[in-house]
Amino acid sequence: MCGLTKKRTTPRLAERPRSRKYGLNKEKRSKRIMPEKKIRVLIAKPGLDGHDRGAKVIARALRDAGMEVIYTGLRQTPEMIASAALQEDVDVIGLSILSGAHNTICPQLMHLLREKGMTDVIVLVGGIIPEADIPALKKAGIAEIFLPGTSTQEIVDFIHKRVSHA
Amino acid sequence: MSDKPKGTTQTLSPEETSAAHRQPSAKELAWEKSTLQPSLEKSPERACDFTTTSGHPIRRLYTEADLLDWDAQRDLGLPGASPYTRGIHPTMYRTRLWTMRQFAGFGTAEDTNARFRYLLSQGQTGLSTAFDLPTLMGYDSDHPLSEGEVGKCGVAISSLADMEVLFDKIPLANVTTSMTINSPAAAIWAMYLAVAEKQGADWKKISGTLQNDILKEYIAQKEYIYPPEPSMRLVIDTFEFGVKNTPKFNTISISGYHIREAGSTAIQELAFTLRDGLEYVEWGMRRGLDVDQFVPQLSFFFNAHNDFFEEIAKYRAARRIWHKAMAARYKSKNPRSWVLRFHTQTAGCSLTAQQPYNNVVRTAIQALAAVMGGTQSLHTNSLDEAWALPTEFAATIALRTQQIIAHETGVTNTVDPLGGSYFVETLTNEVERGAWDYIEKIDAMGGMVAAIERGYPQREIAEASYRYQVAVDKKEKIIVGVNDFVSQEKPLDILQIDETVAHRQAERLRKLRAERSQAEVDRRLSALRKAARGNENLMPFIYDAVKSYATLGEICDAMRHVFGTYEEVAIT
Repeated sequence: MCGLTKKRTTPRLAERPRSRKYGLNKEKRSKRIMPEKKIRVLIAKPGLDGHDRGAKVIARALRDAGMEVIYTGLRQTPEMIASAALQEDVDVIGLSILSGAHNTICPQLMHLLREKGMTDVIVLVGGIIPEADIPALKKAGIAEIFLPGTSTQEIVDFIHKRVSHA
Repeated sequence: MSDKPKGTTQTLSPEETSAAHRQPSAKELAWEKSTLQPSLEKSPERACDFTTTSGHPIRRLYTEADLLDWDAQRDLGLPGASPYTRGIHPTMYRTRLWTMRQFAGFGTAEDTNARFRYLLSQGQTGLSTAFDLPTLMGYDSDHPLSEGEVGKCGVAISSLADMEVLFDKIPLANVTTSMTINSPAAAIWAMYLAVAEKQGADWKKISGTLQNDILKEYIAQKEYIYPPEPSMRLVIDTFEFGVKNTPKFNTISISGYHIREAGSTAIQELAFTLRDGLEYVEWGMRRGLDVDQFVPQLSFFFNAHNDFFEEIAKYRAARRIWHKAMAARYKSKNPRSWVLRFHTQTAGCSLTAQQPYNNVVRTAIQALAAVMGGTQSLHTNSLDEAWALPTEFAATIALRTQQIIAHETGVTNTVDPLGGSYFVETLTNEVERGAWDYIEKIDAMGGMVAAIERGYPQREIAEASYRYQVAVDKKEKIIVGVNDFVSQEKPLDILQIDETVAHRQAERLRKLRAERSQAEVDRRLSALRKAARGNENLMPFIYDAVKSYATLGEICDAMRHVFGTYEEVAIT
C-alpha cells in the first residue's frame, strides 16, 4: 500500500473492538482485535523544528511496509504525542528530532507514557543525535535511536522484530 | 542505474540513435557505427541509465547535435549582459571574489559574538546569523514552548538588548550581515537597524540581507507563524521600507536552499524558488511599488548539492529565467532588476554522520560548483554538521575550503569557464525548460500562494524525496560510507550547548522586563496592534516597539492577536 493520502485500512478507533484499559499485554490485545491486525505507528515531530523530510519519508516507508501510520504534523508537545498515542492505540511511536532538543523532549514523553500506563509502546527516535547522548536516552526508555544514513528497511525490520516478539 | 549482467553485450537502443531533438551529423553517426558499437560490444557500460542526483537522464556524449536550437548570441551572450547566463559581472572573480559568508549562531548573543569576531579575524568577509528555533518562531527564550530549544540551532535573540550584544564591537557600517529569519523578520531587522543607528552607521549605506522568504517556509522549512496573506503583507512592508530607508540592503533572500534540503530535485528547487520570486514581484506591484525600485533589492539563495554539472546548469538557468521574466513579463527597464544575484550554501542534507571527514571533500566539490556557477556569496558546511552545530575547528576547515578554491585552484581566473560546453549548455537548457514547465503550472493555479494552499509544491517535494530515499535504500544511488564503502570510525568531538544558556537568557529577560518602561512598551505594542488591523506599513510601528525594548515574543504576539496563526494540512 502506498500513496500520498492517509488511507485507513483498519477500522477507526471508535469502530474497533479493543480493551478499554491500556496495559494488557499484546497477546491478549491482538486476540481480541483481529488476527491480521496491522502494526500501528505514530510518527511525531516534537518541538519547534519544522524540518519534516525525515518524518514524512519514514511515515511513507512504514506504510509501504504494511503498517498503519498516523503522522501528527508539526510542533507537538510531549503531552500531545502521549495523548495521540493513547487515542490511536499505537504499538510504536517514532519521534523525529533534529533540533538538539532530544534530551528535554524524550524523558518528558517517557514519563507521560508511564503515567498513562503505556509501558508497552515502543518509542524510537530518528534524527541528529550526538553519540554521547545515546546511553542516557536509552536509559530513559527509548528503544532505539536511528541516526542519519539509516535505511528505511532497517527501521521496518526493527519494528517487526520488536512488535511481534512483544 | 541498473547494473548490466556480466557477459552480455551492449547495443545502441533506437532511442539513443534517434532522440527526437537531436540530429547527429553524418560524422557522428559514422563514429557510432565504426567506433562506439564495437567498443560497447566488447565492454558494456557500467549501467543502462545514467542520471543526475535528481534523477535527470544524462546521455553518453553531447555534441553540436544537442544544441541545434541553441543560439550563442541569444542564449549564452556575454558576462554582465543579457541574458546573464555567463554571470552578472563582466569580469566576475577577476575583480572581486565572492563573499565568504559562514552561517553561524549558537548559545547566547555573547557566544555568537565571539564566533563572529573569530571568523572575521580568520579572513571571512561577511557575517551570517543563525537564530535558534524560539527566535525563528517568534517566542522569547522563557516561553514554555522554548524549553529545550534555547540557543540550540542558533543564537537566542529575544530583544534589542540581545541584538546589541550580538553585534558588540562589530562595525555594521563596514560589515555586511545576512540574517536567516523569516516570520519574525521585520522585528529582527528593526533590531538590527536600531543597533546600526546606535553605532552611528548610516542606514543609506549599510548593507546586508534579510532572508524574509515566507513562501518557502510554507513550502519546505515550515517555520511560519501567521497565515499567508498577512505574512505576505509584512514582506511587502519590508520591501517598501527598504526602498525608502535602506537602498543597499537586500530585503529578501528568495530561497531554494530549504526546498532542496526538504528533498526536491534541482529543477523543483529552481522552479519553486523563481516562482516565489515572481510572486513577491507581483505582490509588490499590487502594493503600488515601482518594479525597478524594489526588485534590485531582491536576492536569491540556492543549494549546492553533489551533482556537479547539474548544479552549475541550475545557477546558469536561474539567471536566464529571471532575466526573461523581469524583462518580458514585467517590462522592467532597469538592468539591476534583471540580474539574479545569489548566495549559495553547500547541501547540509548531503553530509553523512558516517565517516564525517568525507564531508570536507563533498563540501569542497559542491562549493566548486557554486563558484563555477557564478555565486555572489558562499557558505561551506562543516564536516560535523550531521551530528551538531560546528566546532570552531570544523568551521575553520570549512572557511579554508573556500579560500583554497579562491586562491589555489585557478577557477577564478576566467569568467564562466564552462561556457560553450556541449554538455553544460544542453543541461542548462533542459533545467531551464523543466523549471518553466513548473512555473507555468503554478501560474495556471493562480500563483504560488494558491499553489501552496493546495499543497502542490509540498506534494511534489515529498514525492521526490521519497523517490530519492528508495533509490538510496536500493543502492541505485551510492552514498560513500553509508550504503557502500562502509567502515567504522571514532566518534567526533562535537559542540554541546547546555541548558545554562536557557537560564542565562531567562535571567536577562527578567532583568529587561524589570528595567524598561512598561507603560511605554504597552503603548507601542497597542499602536502596533491597531496598525495591524488597518493597512499601514507596519515597519515603523515594529521599529518603535523594538526601541522600547518590547521583546520579540511580545511583538509577534501583538500580530498573532490580529492575524491569527497558520496550521498546515500535513502531507505524507
